[in-house]
Amino acid sequence: MCLGIPGEVLERYDDRGTAMGRVAFGSITKEVCLALVDSVEVGEYVIVHAGVAITVLDEITAAETIDLFERMVEADEPTPASRIEP
Amino acid sequence: MKYLEEFGDPALARRLLADIHATASQPWTIMEVCGGQTNAILRNGIDQLLPDTLELVHGPGCPVCVTPLELIDRAQAIAAIPGTIFCSFGDMLRVPGSDGDLFAVRAAGADVRVVYSPLDALTVAEANPEEEVVFFAVGFETTAPANALAVREARRRGIDNFSVLVSHVLVPPALRSILESPDCRIDGFLAAGHVCTVMGVEEYESLAQTHGVPIVVTGFEPLDVLEGIRRTVHQLEEGRAEVENAYARAVRPEGNLAARQLVGEVFEVTDRQWRGLGPLPASGWRLTDSYRSFDAESRFDVDRIEVEEDPRCRAGQVLLGLLRPTECEAFGDSCTPRHPLGAPMVSAEGACAAYHRYRRTEIGTSR
Amino acid sequence: MSATWSCPLPLRDHRRITIGHGGGGQLGADLIEHLFLPAFGEAARDARPLDAAVLEIDGRIAFTTDSYVVTPLEFPGGSIGELAVNGTVNDLAMAGARPVALSTAFVLEEGLELETLARIATAMGTAAAAAGVGLVTGDTKVVDAGRGDGIYITTAGVGAVGDGIDVRPERMAPGDKIVLSGPIGLHGMAVLSVREGVEFGTTMQSDTAPLHELVGSVQAAGIDIHTMRDLTRGGMAAGLCELAASAGVGVVFSQNAVPIPEAVAAACNLFGLDPLEVANEGVFVIVVHGDSAEAVVEILRGHQGGRHAVMIGEVTDQHPGIVVQRTRLGANRVIDRPMGEQLPRIC
Repeated sequence: MCLGIPGEVLERYDDRGTAMGRVAFGSITKEVCLALVDSVEVGEYVIVHAGVAITVLDEITAAETIDLFERMVEADEPTPASRIEP
Repeated sequence: MKYLEEFGDPALARRLLADIHATASQPWTIMEVCGGQTNAILRNGIDQLLPDTLELVHGPGCPVCVTPLELIDRAQAIAAIPGTIFCSFGDMLRVPGSDGDLFAVRAAGADVRVVYSPLDALTVAEANPEEEVVFFAVGFETTAPANALAVREARRRGIDNFSVLVSHVLVPPALRSILESPDCRIDGFLAAGHVCTVMGVEEYESLAQTHGVPIVVTGFEPLDVLEGIRRTVHQLEEGRAEVENAYARAVRPEGNLAARQLVGEVFEVTDRQWRGLGPLPASGWRLTDSYRSFDAESRFDVDRIEVEEDPRCRAGQVLLGLLRPTECEAFGDSCTPRHPLGAPMVSAEGACAAYHRYRRTEIGTSR
Repeated sequence: MSATWSCPLPLRDHRRITIGHGGGGQLGADLIEHLFLPAFGEAARDARPLDAAVLEIDGRIAFTTDSYVVTPLEFPGGSIGELAVNGTVNDLAMAGARPVALSTAFVLEEGLELETLARIATAMGTAAAAAGVGLVTGDTKVVDAGRGDGIYITTAGVGAVGDGIDVRPERMAPGDKIVLSGPIGLHGMAVLSVREGVEFGTTMQSDTAPLHELVGSVQAAGIDIHTMRDLTRGGMAAGLCELAASAGVGVVFSQNAVPIPEAVAAACNLFGLDPLEVANEGVFVIVVHGDSAEAVVEILRGHQGGRHAVMIGEVTDQHPGIVVQRTRLGANRVIDRPMGEQLPRIC
């Protein structure tokens, strides 16, 4: 049970005592329950699973992770994986 | 989509693969636990790009595969009761019980609906006060918070025509079961990223230490999966056996405390039957006494269900990583995706279905 | 010409369909004369209240039928009406035929609002006129309330197949190239997103459209079309798998080449669906000799409905009957024929 997608919180509101939000996934938006990420602010990203945000995404760590990959050395000899056909 | 696309960059994938190829000096067997990771691997063909000496084993992290047959039958029996609306995630609808699947029950006139969230099922209950709405609460730890929320909200708002049929299972006991098997051939594990988003990583420390295996918390995009594998290979080559977090943008060591607290309020640990694996002690969650009134098993009196698995199915050994699907006698012969004998051939992410699909290009004929 | 329909006097006693409307009596006749025919407009100018329409068609005749059941009846980009016309026009086009005429059979649910029916019929008339086909005969039945999802439509169509046209999967040969006429996933995701409460402004609309003019312009250029398939239920995966299986050849295509609108990709990610399996209503693949592929792309791009046409892959003698996608990472992924209804994944 692992399908979780990152989305940007556009708006927060209360629905009968439950914290809800309008979250954008690319150009589409959906209502998501924010009860488990109470501290999240508009503009931050959450991971959404089954209609519920299960964590706030750490954007700094995300950038650092990509950075780490980019600093890895490219292979001298292309492995079969690198022959990408158009 | 931000924070999704950049983690699928082919150029960066090449670098990770280069590192893996350069580092792996001997055969290793790595198990990825979560169906979502299996899906990512298959969709992108990652297993084909790894060194031949690295074997990826698909573990029991497929809720479709491990939900007990008896519970599928119970779900069908409840769905067939007039005046009920049975809601479920899509994956579960095609799992065969002893006699057909939930789709078949729908065909016979039952109101069976696919929902994306247990909260949607709650909305259905509010909109249909004259009907009994049952939600099939299947899943690992990742889904428990959503299910717990739905149950707690139901109580808070006084929605009495709502109940859940619970089949929650926990990852660490499954890993323990695999590691304790004398035939265990798994060298390292990719832990399920979103399970750890909820639960944290603490539970895996003792497993790593006791059994001397690296456990790397891994995400679901191609770069995440490759990084998880890369770090596992490094640990194996260096003789280390630690818990590492390769999905740090979404996993904190303590997990999501609010979610854990909520789950602790609504659910309690129980023994659970795993299809194929048998009963594992303290391996699942059930509703606590104070929430028992929302338990569909108590609310609906269905006949005692006797189940019989096809004896030719060796799902248990496959799920534990003890048997390759291709080593099973029935594989591709009496057991195919169109005529599955057991769950791992039914689910698109099941190990057997995955192997079956991949084999077809290797052989180049329709098998 | 059918513009906005407004309820004429003979029908004003009824706001909704009743059992009587399907009985073949005065109520039914009123419905035809005062709702269907005006709504169909120009497309029905040759329709007569006879049991059968008589047509003149030279040469070989293509003949097809399809039933349309969709919920909701109306969705971004269209309705069941457009689907019922374009879908059948496209089946004819995929056989290389010039669509000539359609029949329209309705099963209406007692209680359906006349205004809804009029909107749908008007949509059919507009779509038929745009496609240059006549709506020449039809039938109406009514079922009890609770038995019909509002409206089911079955259209059958006939078309003329010109001399020398030979469009069949068996004509696929290794070395042939496969051209896709446009972006995939729009129809299915637009409908699903409405049902699931996802907001997407105007970025996702059903792509329902007639394809015969696109086909016609390729034919007019003298290009020999080996086979075609419009990608409907089951998406591109189903279409390509069916071709490969029928023809006993292998198909390989590139993930990078397939255009998927961003909103479709986002919605698929959200619901755990594979864009390759999502339904379309205005997209097709066309298979031609390798040398003709570039010309086909050029010709299609000259039309609004084909402006995103692209070559995506080829036919091969490797892995006969099996479709393989070269993933972005450079690996091979076997594409299976979808089992049935695509279910939102949670895992």
